[in-house]
Amino acid sequence: MTDTDRGTQRDRDSAFSLFTQQSLPACKPVLTPEWVIMTFLFIGFIFIPVGLVTLRASHSVVEIVERYDIGCVPEPFRIDKVSYIQDDSIPKNCSLSFKVPKYMKAPIYIYYQLENYYQNHRRYVKSRSDKQLLHGQNEHGISSCQPVEVNNDRPIIPCGLIAWSLFNDTFTFIRNRAELKVNRKNIAWKSDREHKFGKNVYPFNFQNGTLIGGGKLNPTIPLSDQEDLIVWMRTSALPSFRKLYGRIEKDLDVDDVVVVHLMNNYNTYSFGGKKKLVLSTTSWLGGKNDFLGLAYVFIGSSSVTIAVVFTLLHLLSPRH
Amino acid sequence: MTRGRIRARLRLSHLYTFACTRPEATEEGPHSIEGPGYSRIVHCNQPLMHKKKPFKYRSNYISTTKYNFFTFLPKALYEQFHRVANLYFLAAAIVSVTPLSPFSAVSMIAPLVFVVGLSMAKEALEDWRRFMQDIKVNSRKVKFHKEEGVFDYKSWKKLQVGDVVKVEKDQFFPADLLLLSSSYEDGICYVETMNLDGETNLKVKRALEVTLPLDEDASFKNFTGKIKCEDPNPSLYTFIGNFEYDHEIYALDPSQILLRDSKLRNTAFVYGVVIFTGHDSKVMQNATKSPSKRSRIERKMDYIIYVLFSLLLVISLVSSIGFAVKTKFDMPDWWYLQPQNTDDYYDPRKPVLSGVTHLITALMLYGYLIPISLYVSIEVVKVLQATFINQDIQMYDEETGNPAQARTSNLNEELGQVDTILSDKTGTLTCNQMDFLKCSIAGTAYGMSSSEVELAAAQQMASDLEDQDVERSTDFRQKGKQQEIELETVVISEDEMVHKSPIKGFSFEDSRVMEGNWLNEPNADVIMLFFRILAICHTAVPELNEETGSYTYESESPDEAAFLVAAREFGFEFCKRTQSSVFVRERYSASGQTIEREFKLLNMLEFTSKRKRMTVIVRDEDGQILVLCKGADSIIFDRLSKNGRLYEEDTTRHLNEYGEAGLRTLALAYKRLGESEYSAWNNEFQEAKTTIGPDRDLMLENIAEMMERDLILVGATAVEDKLQKGVPQCIDKLAQAGLKIWVLTGDKVETAINIGYACSLLRQGMKQICITEISSDAKEVVKENILLQMTNASQMIKLEREPHAAFALIIDGKTLAYALEDDVKQQFLVLAVQCASVICCRVSPKQKALVTRLVKEGTGKTTLAIGDGANDVGMIKEADIGVGISGVEGMQAVMASDFSIAQFRFLERLLVVHGHWCYKRIAQMVCYFFYKNIAFGLTLFYFEAFAGFSGQSIYDDWYMLLFNVLLTSLPVISLGVFEQDVSSEVCLQFPAVYQQGPKNLFFDWYKILGWMGNGLYSSLIIFFLNIIIFYDQAFREEGQTASMPALGTTMFTCIIWALNCQIAFTMSHFTWIQHLFIWGSIATWYLFLFVYGRLSPSISGNAYQILVEALAPAPIYWLATLLVTIACNLPYLAHISYQRCFHPLDHHIIQEIKYYKKDVEDQRMWTRERSRARERTMIGFSARVDAKIRQLKGKLQSKQPSSEIHSPARSS
Repeated sequence: MTDTDRGTQRDRDSAFSLFTQQSLPACKPVLTPEWVIMTFLFIGFIFIPVGLVTLRASHSVVEIVERYDIGCVPEPFRIDKVSYIQDDSIPKNCSLSFKVPKYMKAPIYIYYQLENYYQNHRRYVKSRSDKQLLHGQNEHGISSCQPVEVNNDRPIIPCGLIAWSLFNDTFTFIRNRAELKVNRKNIAWKSDREHKFGKNVYPFNFQNGTLIGGGKLNPTIPLSDQEDLIVWMRTSALPSFRKLYGRIEKDLDVDDVVVVHLMNNYNTYSFGGKKKLVLSTTSWLGGKNDFLGLAYVFIGSSSVTIAVVFTLLHLLSPRH
Repeated sequence: MTRGRIRARLRLSHLYTFACTRPEATEEGPHSIEGPGYSRIVHCNQPLMHKKKPFKYRSNYISTTKYNFFTFLPKALYEQFHRVANLYFLAAAIVSVTPLSPFSAVSMIAPLVFVVGLSMAKEALEDWRRFMQDIKVNSRKVKFHKEEGVFDYKSWKKLQVGDVVKVEKDQFFPADLLLLSSSYEDGICYVETMNLDGETNLKVKRALEVTLPLDEDASFKNFTGKIKCEDPNPSLYTFIGNFEYDHEIYALDPSQILLRDSKLRNTAFVYGVVIFTGHDSKVMQNATKSPSKRSRIERKMDYIIYVLFSLLLVISLVSSIGFAVKTKFDMPDWWYLQPQNTDDYYDPRKPVLSGVTHLITALMLYGYLIPISLYVSIEVVKVLQATFINQDIQMYDEETGNPAQARTSNLNEELGQVDTILSDKTGTLTCNQMDFLKCSIAGTAYGMSSSEVELAAAQQMASDLEDQDVERSTDFRQKGKQQEIELETVVISEDEMVHKSPIKGFSFEDSRVMEGNWLNEPNADVIMLFFRILAICHTAVPELNEETGSYTYESESPDEAAFLVAAREFGFEFCKRTQSSVFVRERYSASGQTIEREFKLLNMLEFTSKRKRMTVIVRDEDGQILVLCKGADSIIFDRLSKNGRLYEEDTTRHLNEYGEAGLRTLALAYKRLGESEYSAWNNEFQEAKTTIGPDRDLMLENIAEMMERDLILVGATAVEDKLQKGVPQCIDKLAQAGLKIWVLTGDKVETAINIGYACSLLRQGMKQICITEISSDAKEVVKENILLQMTNASQMIKLEREPHAAFALIIDGKTLAYALEDDVKQQFLVLAVQCASVICCRVSPKQKALVTRLVKEGTGKTTLAIGDGANDVGMIKEADIGVGISGVEGMQAVMASDFSIAQFRFLERLLVVHGHWCYKRIAQMVCYFFYKNIAFGLTLFYFEAFAGFSGQSIYDDWYMLLFNVLLTSLPVISLGVFEQDVSSEVCLQFPAVYQQGPKNLFFDWYKILGWMGNGLYSSLIIFFLNIIIFYDQAFREEGQTASMPALGTTMFTCIIWALNCQIAFTMSHFTWIQHLFIWGSIATWYLFLFVYGRLSPSISGNAYQILVEALAPAPIYWLATLLVTIACNLPYLAHISYQRCFHPLDHHIIQEIKYYKKDVEDQRMWTRERSRARERTMIGFSARVDAKIRQLKGKLQSKQPSSEIHSPARSS
């Protein structure tokens, strides 16, 4: 054994004994008044600027929200909107127009917003089969899709309540009589498209039953390219939610009038859910939501206030 | 029936049958033992007979394990699911395989399996250790009679009833044996029963006369016999049986029975027949399970669990009612759920059924409120804490090599909440080692060394002088420090003393008599007589230590051993004892002319507690008959002849001095006897001995009395019952820590009071309340009187005006018997609690336990009992915490205890350091546990309100599974194992910090509810901030909105951060381990999320690529985490900062002083804080000092009424 070996051995022993004797070197931070005041001030000085920057980002976002679920029901049907929406013979097209309040820089994201819609209901959330979505018919793991798993003894692809209740309102946008092109590609997560929805899985036996839910799917397009479905199947956390519909890749100027032609197919009337169309730009932070910024500013200023109070208390009744 | 014992009695001489007063139970014929309870039949030397029924008994294999290979699983599982919480989780796991479950089955079952598996693994490990221990015992070897008189070895476990075994010196008996013969001609042997009853003295066993010839291997060739005896039972001191041998029947009694686990001493070998094997043996029958004790915190934890269960039930009910309402009224409109096409669970037409089934779902969903891992974490933590206690080098006794041992890990935190210590005296406070310190011979006092009481008194004198200096400077603050210095110097001087006299049992120092110098003293002949009495008048056996060539002595009492050692040092070495003689080597001068003298033992009148004296009658080499007597001074003085009182006056004075110095005293006397006088007496004595009948004992006593008369006083001895090292200091510290100390001792009142003074439990100026019984035949009268005494005493305490007056209660066993009666005990307790010290003398083991129970149940506070002997077992088992001293005496107390330490002084560290730490650790840990589970569990509930109460959880199943098991468990364990509010040295310097435990500052309902409130607040912040931040807008620049997995994962990230930061704020002591665990947990979460997202989507589901693709690139995710983490912890931070600055607790101040290194820079302040941090005590050194200071202050005030007195005011 060499000297160094012995040395390390001794080190190890002493380290071990420090451990067993509970006297390992330790840092023992003590919240002395100075530290407390400094800490609170520090939090304040970090949080307030962050809050302001965040607020600015949120304010830079231009957002247009248009509710259309009532406006799109013709006056005579407004008493019984449910029968209107369920009656296939009545045409569902509708149009609304709005003026752009502020310059909107491309890309402008188009969302549809549903309210009072429990996409997070347990029965709903569970009613899907990830295996089937990826691998198609060969897989037998569709029992989870109850109550929409088979029709006429043949499995439904995609099965489950979520797919069955696919949102099917459509929107076209016209500015200055010219149609604004809406890019509806790449609205879903890349990983979903590539790894969760099969490239060789085609809709089959879908919306063929007696109960027709929401939208239909083009059986010639594989699921991996059915981005509306993919977006829809990312269930929302709250009963009020927005989902991405597409992107307008042209800037909109102030006072531009945009006319939207839409097909008001989707039934939210039976449960009194609102439908809204949302056009929004984004900042580095995402969409418009002042709350984060305000919360930062609030926490930051409370922190500074606490620091001030502590300082005063400390000056008024010093210790020792 | 012929009496086979007559010969034995004659031959055994007068020595071994000291029993001049002992009743001989076996005088009657063989026991008539028929009927139930006496069915055991042993065929000696015919073990084959016991191979099959009906004589097949249990084998000698012992097993102390709780489980065996087959019963482990069912039994251990039963144990585990005995806990309410575990049962709940089991039910949840069973339901989880049905569709009612909100989670996947694996996420419910896996944690349960983990938690239960871990607990069971711990059980299995402990049992395995016991198993290995058993194997070791079972495979010990013993010599047994194989056949044809040949002996061979076999292992203990193979031993059978009826086997003849040969046990050699210093071996343990492998089973309960009938002693047949021994290496001694008369069939006696010495047995040490330390493992059975804790007594270190040797006991004599003796074989039946009839079996004595069986004393060599060959004689067992044709030996057969039959024993008929009682069935296995736990009574150690009884045995009834008959031995049939050679067509005669002989009665057996306990003195022929050698018990398993006792040890053969001083005897070369014995032969015996196995009677009881294995679990039938008395010691195994005696093994009782210690009552399982639970700590206060753990009991309170149950209530918290109940509170949480109620909360769980309430929110589950709210959920299920909400669900039923939603299902009935709203769901028919939710076409996207196909309400018309459902099973019962979601059927809007049967809302009640849906509601009820949903209740089960909800109970499972919110199960996170009940921390599943709490029990297992606590278990892990406690085992580690116990390991630290075992490892503590400062509680390791180098002399005996015994470390402190936490024998159960259940009670670690209870150590931090002790209110009353009930202590045994002998062997606990004192060493049970007698030191010959002084003697008075022929009216002259010899011996220079001072007892500890004298040292303490000297120290007090020194402090008086000190006080006068202080008086001049009027700086009382400085006082405390000087006092400490003083105290330390005294300690050092004691140590020096110990070094000077390395001879155990002998601390005598006086050149006048040492080294043969006594020959030059005026009364040399009396001195010689004195030494001879010491060397001859005893019942001890010498043992030659072959290494050193000197003799050690095995004696019945430690006093005797001390006398013999003293005699040896004086030049009268007792070296050999035979049946009829005692041999003493006498050395008259330093040059060492050694003469071995033989003293023929004629009679021996034994020491009993009633007689309080012992006498031997010997014939010396000149044929002179001497009566040598030693005994209690009062007894001896009554029996002196007129001309034997020459030294009485001086000796009495010396005896009083010795008594005051806390020494045990005996007086020695002798007389010479004429031959005729003796033979007349001896005839009478022998006649009395052989008479049969009820008067025999009385006659013997009277005849003995006749002999012990007209004695001549020689002198007196003073022996110190040595205090254990560091006991006074330890008691002082414990008193400073605010603990009450009661001493329960079997000793007499005077001794107990002496010891009380020696260890500062009593001091001058303390008012002693002695409750004694009056001698009266009527029980009622005695009781009335005792009651009256107690009422008076209580009145006295009530009327006491002086604020610093302290009282001590002293009560003896007989009085205690009355005081513990149901109608009196409450009053007794009230009185006792008002007194600063309580000393109970002459108490029986049973009474010790009763007193303990009275204190435990009467005051409702935590009690700790500490003791070392078998007589303390009851008390140790009864107290909330039992501490055994693993010292010289047996293992009985240790086996019954929860903690064992080698020395009393380690108690200070055990309580003040480990107890304090463990209490705070466990308290904080449990509080934090509830906090974290409330903070997490409630977010699930809030989400329900947004998900139609459908029982959907916002988090992925795997997150929840890992939450308790991996992501938050290690930091909380590190809190429970490593947290130190102040370091161990500081704990010891500021014992008052200990009071946080008994006052329960860290686990009262305010604290618990505060933590729960904090949990509620955190859950609200975490949930609602996230909900609003991710409300509906895009959360990334690319426009995607947050889906449920994204929101859930963000929320979970916030939880991990907030909870781990919270624990970081809770801790005040960070080693690399805490850092690793806390920050590691957070890192683990991200790592898990990364890996989980990498797995195939069929496993990770919605969480696929969630971190890498969705969340990590989104700044809002990080900003939300920061915001929520700070927002959660800000109020707590403000709270603790406020508390620390404006209402600091003791440990806060100390931490700060340490932090600023004030202890180094500002010695004065340090000392001031230290003296301030003492609890106001009535006992201990410090109390003595305080009393002195008060006294001096009083003087000062009367001297200078106008001058201002500086008092150590509390300034902050």
